[in-house]
Amino acid sequence: MNQIKNFTKGFVQENPVFVLFLGLCPVLGTTTSAINGLGMGLATTFVLTMSNIVVSLIKNFIPDKVRIPAFIVIIASFVTIVELTMQAFVPTLFDALGLFIPLIVVNCLVLGRSEAFASKNPIWTSLVDGFGMGLGFSLALTMLGGVREILGSGSIFGFKFIHGDGMILFVLAPGAFIVLGYLIMLMQKLKSKSA
Amino acid sequence: MLIALVVITFGASTALGFVYQFTKEPIAAAKLAKKMDAIVRVTPEFNNEPNTEEYKMPIEGDTLYFYPARMDGELVGTAVQSFTKQGFSGLIKIMVGILPDGTINEVAVLEHKETPGLGDKMERKKSDWAAQFQNKHPDNFNMTVKKDGGDVDAITASTITSRAFCEAILRAYNAYKEGGHQ
Amino acid sequence: MEYIVIIISAVFVNNIVLMKFLGICPFIGVSNKVETAAGMSGAVMFVMTLATIVTYLIQTFILDALGISFMQTITFILVIASLVQLVEIILKKVSPGLFQALGIFLPLITTNCAILGVAILTIQNDYNLLEGVVFAAASALGFGLALIIFSSIREQLDLIDVPKAMKGVPIAFIVAGLLAMAFMGFTGIV
Repeated sequence: MNQIKNFTKGFVQENPVFVLFLGLCPVLGTTTSAINGLGMGLATTFVLTMSNIVVSLIKNFIPDKVRIPAFIVIIASFVTIVELTMQAFVPTLFDALGLFIPLIVVNCLVLGRSEAFASKNPIWTSLVDGFGMGLGFSLALTMLGGVREILGSGSIFGFKFIHGDGMILFVLAPGAFIVLGYLIMLMQKLKSKSA
Repeated sequence: MLIALVVITFGASTALGFVYQFTKEPIAAAKLAKKMDAIVRVTPEFNNEPNTEEYKMPIEGDTLYFYPARMDGELVGTAVQSFTKQGFSGLIKIMVGILPDGTINEVAVLEHKETPGLGDKMERKKSDWAAQFQNKHPDNFNMTVKKDGGDVDAITASTITSRAFCEAILRAYNAYKEGGHQ
Repeated sequence: MEYIVIIISAVFVNNIVLMKFLGICPFIGVSNKVETAAGMSGAVMFVMTLATIVTYLIQTFILDALGISFMQTITFILVIASLVQLVEIILKKVSPGLFQALGIFLPLITTNCAILGVAILTIQNDYNLLEGVVFAAASALGFGLALIIFSSIREQLDLIDVPKAMKGVPIAFIVAGLLAMAFMGFTGIV
């Protein structure tokens, strides 16, 4: 597969959030602001890329029967590395993302890519796939976080542009669902137009 | 088959142990910086190392931590790390700065999971709500929300958070009255 | 009394799907029919409670005792994955009918972030073992409640005229948002 296509498929056609509907838990839980969404997206991209690389590297040594537990151990290790690193160097972001950082390990996107792609493809291709999907994921998260932040707090990336509060509903639970619903609808509309 | 899994797990654990050792110090440093930042915010100017003079008091199964702040050896205030479990989303940890005579100097929020836009207004960077506690003495300022007959203005639509916040302050004050060092 | 608070909080006030966003994948994927929703909820309740017990014991007697709590993520997820395998095997032998009914959902429970989420939350909230069990069971109840309400609504949605771009997932999310709004009304009971 053409590597450029491999890289960019995660942005629109096969965007994990808007098209494949994978890894949705953190999508709703960490997008109260653009920076949180971006932070989560990048953390997930790291785990996705690194585990894709490692899985692809040792795919011939993992017996088929234990491959899922093996993938899980590999993914969980990178998640813990991200956890510890974030706690040490970006503690504010770490506190904001909270529970969802360890939950990267059950992000169906990460396990899904290991199973569907990295275990069957060469290292470089898997790396590009992981990185591209991760960036697509980050894009979606940042967008969602951005919309929620603008509507709900009247700011973007922490930069406030109104006085007082926005429509608080959007930084709360219902707002997450509703904004995501509309964004997916827009995506589907866009796709059907270009189809 | 099992061997492959064991090898992978072993390799993973080793790598993790390594990263853990590497990040242990920065993590501890980040936590300390956060604590010191709060202590500085809630107490008057000091030139000692409050963290080295930390003392604890067990309260209801948990612990409160006391950090005396001194200027040239004399006590100017004590930062008390208090908590409440009655927050809307559970645990809230605060740092209360208490002057030697018992007056509340300032309060800073350390940790919470309260609702953004509502309960999180107890944070100074979100609103000035917590400023109402400055220079109030619990002996002549009823440290409960007005709804409960007190003197504290609750955050709009966040009575639970406000109530819990007051509870945490009172916990700190009562502990200080009982066992605060001079 | 404390237990009542934990239960009401987990089922309504801090519903794990609608307020804490745990378990969204099955929420969207399994909720087209009430039957499958009910089946999934039952399986989740079983695994969640069991997993919380085991992970609590491991955290207390191994991770904390040896000071290696940074291994929490790895050990917890391995425990959950193994538990699900175990449940599959036992179910196949003891109740093949139920096993068939649950089908693909059983292995999917491993990646249900709600299970791992609740296990971690139990430790974070500082519950003891009994409180943890109550919390897990109540959270699973809340999950089931949200799932069943949602699937009943979705069954109805399939029968009406939805704008083309909204069909399927988008309208489901909007509905979930409204449901979450409704659940927000529970805040303030505890």
